[in-house]
Amino acid sequence: MSVIEEDDRETARFPGQRPPRASVGSHRIEEEVFGKAYDPRTVRRIWAFVKPYRRKIYLSVAAVLVFTATQLAIPLIIGRAIDSGMTEGGNHTNLLWAVGMFAVVLLVNYGASFVQETQVGKVAENVLFDMRRAMFAQLQRVSLSFMDKTEVGRLMSRLQGDVSSMQEFLETSVISVGDMVLLVGIIVVLLTLDFRLGLLTLSTMPVLFIVRIFWLPRAKRAFWAAHETNSITAGAMAEGINGVRTVQNLDRQKVNFDLYDDKAYANLQTQLTGSRYAQVMVPIVDSLTGMAMAIVIVVGGSLVLNGSLEIGVIVAFIFYIQRFFDPIRSLTMQYSIMQRAMTSGRRITEVLDVPASITDKPDAITLTRDMDGSVEFRNVDFGYSADRPVLKNVSFVVKPGETVALVGPTGSGKTSAMSLVHRFYEVQSGAVLVGGHDVRDVTQESLGEQVAMVLQEPFLFTGSVFDNIRYNKVSATLDDVIAACKAVGAHDFIMRLPGGYDSVLEQRGSNLSLGQRQLLSFARALVADAKILVLDEATANIDSYTERQIQKALVTLLQGRTGMVIAHRLATIRGADRIIVLQNGELIESGNHDELMARDGLYAKLYNMNYASFDDIPDELVAQANARAANT
Amino acid sequence: MTTDKAGRVHSRGDAQAHVAAAHAGKGQSPLLRITLYSLRHPWRAAAAIGATIIASVLQLMIPRLLGHAVDQAQGILSVGAEGAEQALFWSAMTLLAVSVARGVFTLCQNYFSESVGHHVGYELRLAFYDKVQRLPYAYHDKVHTGDLITMGLLDLDGVRMFFSTGLVRVVLLSVLIGVGAYMLLSTDVVLGLLALSFVPFVAWRSSVAQLTLRATWIVLQDKLSALTRVMEENLGGIRVVRAFSAQNFELAKFEAASEAALELSHERVGIRVRNTSIMTFSFFAAMGLVLWIGGTKVIAGEMSVGTLASFLTFMTILQMPVRQLGMMVNSFARASICGNRLFSFIDEPISIADKPGVPDLKVSKGILRFEDVRFTYPGATHPTLDGVSFEAHPGQTIGIVGAPGSGKSTLAHLIPRFYDVSGGRITIDGQDVSEVSLQSLRRSVAVVQQDSFLFTTTIENNIAYGDPWSKETKIERAAESAQLHNYIKGLPLGYDTVVGERGVSLSGGQRQRLAIARSLVLKPAVMVFDDSTAAIDAGTEHRIRSAIRRYAKDRVTLVISHRLSSLLHADMILFLEDGRIVESGSHEELLAKGGRYRALYDLQTRPDEDIHFGSAAQ
Repeated sequence: MSVIEEDDRETARFPGQRPPRASVGSHRIEEEVFGKAYDPRTVRRIWAFVKPYRRKIYLSVAAVLVFTATQLAIPLIIGRAIDSGMTEGGNHTNLLWAVGMFAVVLLVNYGASFVQETQVGKVAENVLFDMRRAMFAQLQRVSLSFMDKTEVGRLMSRLQGDVSSMQEFLETSVISVGDMVLLVGIIVVLLTLDFRLGLLTLSTMPVLFIVRIFWLPRAKRAFWAAHETNSITAGAMAEGINGVRTVQNLDRQKVNFDLYDDKAYANLQTQLTGSRYAQVMVPIVDSLTGMAMAIVIVVGGSLVLNGSLEIGVIVAFIFYIQRFFDPIRSLTMQYSIMQRAMTSGRRITEVLDVPASITDKPDAITLTRDMDGSVEFRNVDFGYSADRPVLKNVSFVVKPGETVALVGPTGSGKTSAMSLVHRFYEVQSGAVLVGGHDVRDVTQESLGEQVAMVLQEPFLFTGSVFDNIRYNKVSATLDDVIAACKAVGAHDFIMRLPGGYDSVLEQRGSNLSLGQRQLLSFARALVADAKILVLDEATANIDSYTERQIQKALVTLLQGRTGMVIAHRLATIRGADRIIVLQNGELIESGNHDELMARDGLYAKLYNMNYASFDDIPDELVAQANARAANT
Repeated sequence: MTTDKAGRVHSRGDAQAHVAAAHAGKGQSPLLRITLYSLRHPWRAAAAIGATIIASVLQLMIPRLLGHAVDQAQGILSVGAEGAEQALFWSAMTLLAVSVARGVFTLCQNYFSESVGHHVGYELRLAFYDKVQRLPYAYHDKVHTGDLITMGLLDLDGVRMFFSTGLVRVVLLSVLIGVGAYMLLSTDVVLGLLALSFVPFVAWRSSVAQLTLRATWIVLQDKLSALTRVMEENLGGIRVVRAFSAQNFELAKFEAASEAALELSHERVGIRVRNTSIMTFSFFAAMGLVLWIGGTKVIAGEMSVGTLASFLTFMTILQMPVRQLGMMVNSFARASICGNRLFSFIDEPISIADKPGVPDLKVSKGILRFEDVRFTYPGATHPTLDGVSFEAHPGQTIGIVGAPGSGKSTLAHLIPRFYDVSGGRITIDGQDVSEVSLQSLRRSVAVVQQDSFLFTTTIENNIAYGDPWSKETKIERAAESAQLHNYIKGLPLGYDTVVGERGVSLSGGQRQRLAIARSLVLKPAVMVFDDSTAAIDAGTEHRIRSAIRRYAKDRVTLVISHRLSSLLHADMILFLEDGRIVESGSHEELLAKGGRYRALYDLQTRPDEDIHFGSAAQ
């Protein structure tokens, strides 16, 4: 739901010209915000998170009730103090009693408010963190197919925004119990003190309710619009900062400034509207308060004059009236908070309910270092969806210590085959065996320890170089890490960084070149010291110096390990013990370089085209080579 | 010029005036500067302050009126029941009128003070945005984007809200406490002092609480962003996490970050609760004392019940504003810190700007000359470029090679003045690039960067980024030359497909091709490809090159590349080493020379033959 219409003023903003093909910033329209205020299923799920803290919740609800009672009592005590202690010549004893009562109530009030606020605040924080932990833990388990199609930003907004609105809801809901009780309490007390006067005074209350009913939906829309334009403006600003080099490069400052001005100006307008909506309630509430007081003075005053009402009651009434409208105000607000919380709750449960499709069997065995390090594909069929097969009846064996290069045009299924060794996905039929065991029969954790993986895009974490290379192998010492870095040739450039191994990598290593990041990810795999290495060679062009270093590092990395390499560089391919050629998900050729050349199939055709890398070969040429290979 | 919904006129000139105004007041203390800046809206500010004073005075009348009515109800102030009821009626009407008026003036107080804040926010945003766009590369190199974004959002808010949460509140509290105290003390000194006794204590606690909460808030933000980072990197790098079976390791990392944040959150709850409870307590304690001593006075006949009631109601009225005094103190502290940061950003001198009165660059032939160009990055000791000279004529392609760090990209960045040379000069048709207007220069020089930034908007808008008024056919031609047209046509939404962070994600090669198309839309005299084909396969690159050749006839093309095959057709290749040109000539000449270029060529065409993996168990 978007209240903001795309700015049609942009047309007019560039006088005498047709509208530019330009915009600044982008804005994701937020998902449904005002849904149902109560959804039993969601509430049940949320309750599961609150349940561990239910004693504390009960305690704080009790404290809220006590606190509210003391608030109700204070005007009463003042009224009593006046009536029994001060009128008709006064009574010191009664006054002292009343003051004594006041002191007791005051202490109870202090204790209750302390308990209530501490408990509610902490429980709400705990629940927030618990929910986030549960979601995060679930995301560690869910299948990669889910992660593949879900945007990180979307998940992050659930891990942050949605849990915060749940927290807000929890905090306010206990308080609104208090508000409810206070409202009822005030009504009861007023009617008990004097029924007629109470009824008359309370007659102002429904007016506020009615006004709020009309005001709320409009105000909510205005507040929402203000919120939206604000984030639109913020987004445009962030884009201006992130893309500043390109902006200057292409000399877009003027156009951008004008477009930004439009957004900022639209934001100014919605903020002012929002502000108007918020403030318009002030005189209404004040007038109603004045009205109620006027009633008390005129009606109550004449009752006192006839002697049918005591003056203390009037004073008590005045005190109650001042508190009167607060609960109505916060209760109506609570409704929106509940709506938001239900939507958030539903989104949170959606994440929690994503099935973890790949799980360990109950009797899964632990893969140990003693296994032989072989990899076998046995009649493997695989696809991300049932109707689109990616691998078709693929069978091959990689012997212990052997290095096999997987080659083939884009889309031939190389990357998928590699993912299966690590059981990122489940095969549809057939089996993948590691060390002679079906990957489905071993624990995922032990499989991960024995199969190291180097991805095409090196991914580094924020943190020191040392932490990145050691990663989850916490037993590795600095010496181990240094040894690994020396082995892959990363040591020298690491030592040139200002802090050496303690240098912190900014923003996932953006202060390093791609080649350097690649070398670090090699070192990480080396430290992991697995028996099998699965590696997806980078396709991006790296400068020749680093490239050479990477080639050398590869040799080191594969020493004494079984290797499966998705190879793009001819040098890597030629260096492999065996080459497996995949095409359209089928294994079409297998053998070493000389054998395949002798065979004169697709591999030989592609090789003879003399490109530095198979990926450089244009699609048409691949198709031609295919056709020729098919003819032979 | 446009009109908004309310019919007011909003013109471009206003926006420029706001930017100019933000630069006034350099050297003033931040609080003074914010105040003066806010007073640029004199009518709104005056309305806010006037309404605040009136609303506070009206509010102070209410306890008096109530007390009066209480006394009237007891028949103290009038003779006879008739007169008393009459008097009560008029008291009630006065009270009602005062309440309504108070409500209206409070509305004005809040609305106008917020309105000043929103206007200040709007204007400062413009000034901030303008400054971001003007500061040169060298500035953006040293300041984190995240810090800038924080400054533009949070610091700006701190400054913007100073008027309403700081200044107006000072007025409010001064009137309420000042006039209120005068009224109470002039009625009864002892009781007045008792009624006000909670004020200093609550003011003190509230200030301490707010300042502590703010200090811990900043720490909490750090901890929360650490937590965010853990989650984001985990999800973004999920394949690495899975590949190393590091789920438990990641959970532990999350747990640690989470614990740290949770602990601090609990601490903050503690700080808040301790202070609010004690504030309420002291308030009620003072009220109890007023009830006791006042009650005794009433019994002694020194005071009426109505006066006592007015003391008590006065206290309830004063309670909230006094409790919020801490927020006011905090607002001053925040505005001072935020204002300092924001204004020093706005005052930051712009090192690369037009010299006064410089002419536009006039391109007649388009000859690019480097004359003994030297360049050292700010803060660096070693020069990045050290005496580079060459000349390039229209239609020529100059290739630049060299090891990483040899100064290739820097050379490219000097031409459009992303940085200024430290020595020597760069000329286009004899005009020193620093002696012409930046706008005309940058329109004549297009640099396609290696890591180009795509904007989250349609493909069409992205290609037209440098010339938003270019025709559709021009855009499509550029895309065709960049070998991207067919891909775009294959997308369901074609050129209207949104790309970038929140749209279709493009591969590295596609992004580079889009960046190339973006530059082809322009008609620059000098075009630089700064390693901008690294992620494009050689075949496609070749096709792009032949397509571009049509454009290249009347311009200088500089190609920086690691891939020597990209440079084969260059008219001249410069080999850079440590900021100096060590070899230059055509491909054939350089090969024949048998120097560094030759060595690099051999490295690329005949990679190590001795590479062999593993100890194969064949």
